[in-house]
Amino acid sequence: MSEGKETLVKDSIDRGTVDAARALESDKYAEGFVTDIEMELAPKGLNEDTVRYISAKKEEPEWMLQWRLEAFQRWKEMTEPTWAMINYPKIDYQDAHYYAEPKGGAKYKTIADVPQEILDTYAKLGIPLKEQEVLLGVEGAMETAAAARETPRVAVDAVFDSVSVATTFRAELSKAGVIFMSISEAIREYPDLVKQYLGSVVPVTDNFFATLNSAVFSDGTFVYVPKGVRCPMELSTYFRMNAKGTGQFERTLIIVDEGGYVSYLEGCTAPMRDENQLHAAVVELVALADAEIKYSTVQNWWPGDSEGKGGVYNFVTKRGDCRGARSRISWTQVETGSAITWKYPSCILRGDDSSGEFYSIAVTNGRQQADTGTKMIHLGKNTKSRIISKGISAGKSNNTYRGLVSIHPKAVKARNFTQCDSLLIGQTCGAHTVPYVENRRADAQLEHEATTTKLSEDQLFYARQRGIGEEEAVALLVNGFVRDVLQKLPMEFAVEAQKLLEVSLEGSVG
Amino acid sequence: MLELTNLHARVVPEDGPAREILKGLSLAVPAGEVHAIMGPNGSGKSTLSYVLTGKHGYEVTGGTATFEGKDLLSLAPEARAALGLFLSFQYPMEIAGVPVMTFVRAAMNAQRKARGEPEVSAPDFLKLSRVAAAKLKIDPEMLKRPLNVGFSGGEKKRLEIYQMLMIEPRFMILDETDSGLDIDALKVVAEGVNALRGPTRGMLVITHYQRLLDHIKPDRVHILSAGRIVKSGGPELALELEKSGYDQFLKAG
Ligand SMILES: Nc1ncnc2c1ncn2[C@@H]1O[C@H](COP(=O)(O)OP(=O)(O)OP(=O)(O)O)[C@@H](O)[C@H]1O
Ligand SMILES: [Mg+2]
Repeated sequence: MSEGKETLVKDSIDRGTVDAARALESDKYAEGFVTDIEMELAPKGLNEDTVRYISAKKEEPEWMLQWRLEAFQRWKEMTEPTWAMINYPKIDYQDAHYYAEPKGGAKYKTIADVPQEILDTYAKLGIPLKEQEVLLGVEGAMETAAAARETPRVAVDAVFDSVSVATTFRAELSKAGVIFMSISEAIREYPDLVKQYLGSVVPVTDNFFATLNSAVFSDGTFVYVPKGVRCPMELSTYFRMNAKGTGQFERTLIIVDEGGYVSYLEGCTAPMRDENQLHAAVVELVALADAEIKYSTVQNWWPGDSEGKGGVYNFVTKRGDCRGARSRISWTQVETGSAITWKYPSCILRGDDSSGEFYSIAVTNGRQQADTGTKMIHLGKNTKSRIISKGISAGKSNNTYRGLVSIHPKAVKARNFTQCDSLLIGQTCGAHTVPYVENRRADAQLEHEATTTKLSEDQLFYARQRGIGEEEAVALLVNGFVRDVLQKLPMEFAVEAQKLLEVSLEGSVG
Repeated sequence: MLELTNLHARVVPEDGPAREILKGLSLAVPAGEVHAIMGPNGSGKSTLSYVLTGKHGYEVTGGTATFEGKDLLSLAPEARAALGLFLSFQYPMEIAGVPVMTFVRAAMNAQRKARGEPEVSAPDFLKLSRVAAAKLKIDPEMLKRPLNVGFSGGEKKRLEIYQMLMIEPRFMILDETDSGLDIDALKVVAEGVNALRGPTRGMLVITHYQRLLDHIKPDRVHILSAGRIVKSGGPELALELEKSGYDQFLKAG
């Protein structure tokens, strides 16, 4: 770690934490505000008409509507999975809105058309949407905006409930040949690419939630990086669930052609609400030969209050396909939010010499339940995978790592390294590790390490004797515990993630 | 500076019955002085250091402890640290993933914040750290490693004193800092400690051996036995102990 990064990360502890956390509202969730804006909702309920409504709203071509309707038919025959270590009351799929958009139409032509309330929302969340001048074509605005922030530039696709409201830096990206737009637009503008790849990594009938998503997905991001192009900036999507009684079903598709590279960041928040909100996303990544995709998530959906009232149900299917030789995909996730997390970002290592990585920090506090992990499916020769999972449980929460490493018969000399560490804070939380291995080759090299530690009072005392207050001491120790994963995040995200950890764990000791 | 009067304290283990360890301990360390505490294993020396710094699991059942007239016992450990109390632990803790420098900087800034002072800037911190490391002959690379993780016994002790030089406390408790140090390291560490001696500072040096006191010359020496001071004297008391052991004093006590 360079000196610079260390200082920056450290500074955020000083700045971020204890005071800021204390100043927050009752349940410590700074993103819990509601944006007051008129919304247009699909009628409550889920049937063929709902699917048609969404498709019509998006002005989709007929093939897309048919694709959705088929998914819907299949979904009706499926049942919700029950194998995960999570408990929740039965979800009434008819008691929600499947589409919500700010009144006045879907995608805005320019940022000037985006309602001020939404811009304010993203500003409050710290999203650099103010590249608006850039979108409006003001000369030189891009440079001044970037210089003012003195941070690497990040292009943002902002999704508000069911619609993408703004996508920044598009012109500059398209100069490099990179397509970065909402998936709704891509369906209209690049139907061939979408047809070729959509559902090619996560098949329509992959699982209950993915099939539901296929039927009713609303918006999300589409990225295509052409052959040999290194995407000139970080791409990101910011998801905001605002409307009451709605679900969010975003769909993201990222394709990196031969020898290309992209780093993509995803952030999510939702207001505090007493009822549960359903979020069922599908993310598909395709890396062709020699391509590399880095996908990072900071997930901070509303977790519910400390008694377990409200919160987001997060059922997500994320999968990357290392389709070409020597391709690389890495998933890095920081999961602090949601009442329930059901999520297994996975890699299919199809190309020879391809590699997959999964770095995860999952924090649960209060009554949160997380069942998360990864699958590494080794199909090609000399494929490599690496899994580092850090689970932190506090309060009355439950945190499960569930992983699968599967070595197929043709995966000559496949290698995997897995490390699962759990940290327990307090006496009333649970941590579980469920690592599955399916190995069909004698020459596979598999290493597995797992540890469970309790945040020790002796360590806390040591830090406090040096003058570090209890909450900051917890933050420091937890940061130490997750350090090797935090280092995998792009720097701006690492700082944000660190703040999130501190806020999520506030009040977990003493 | 530090005054303990008729202090009674017990250890309350998580599992098992409470046990009284300090049984009426009285002691006064005026500003500018260094006092040594010696005593047989299990007599309560480390317990005293923990009671003074406010460790969980130790309960004061009687008596008082004040630091410059302020009641120490009612304060949280971090508040005592901010007043200037520092303990060099007999068994320093390992803290995974937290580099030494990150930890020490967090400590310095937390204390400064508590006292309403400005934080130490990054360049100042690095300068201070270089000086302290050089004094103690610590390889700067070591300061980038996670605190105490995989450090040798002697390295851990040296690192306690590095922290002490960085934090510049006003009152220091050294609990068997000499144990685990080689002969050269003992000298280097003692020089570091002596650099902090001064008219406004005080020190309690807990040790079993005269060899440390050869380097850190105490103003007073106390013998602790079964939770009480049974004998106090000048530096010659330690020499006497070295020659003929504890027996004579324990009987007298
Ligand atoms: N947490 C604890 N649980 C049970 N007994 C304890 C605990 N802490 C201290 N004691 C007991 O209290 C007594 C005093 O211990 P203490 O560590 O203070 O001794 P000491 O004088 O520092 O000894 P040494 O010279 O060996 O370091 C011992 O008998 C010890 O076993
Ligand atoms: Mg001791």
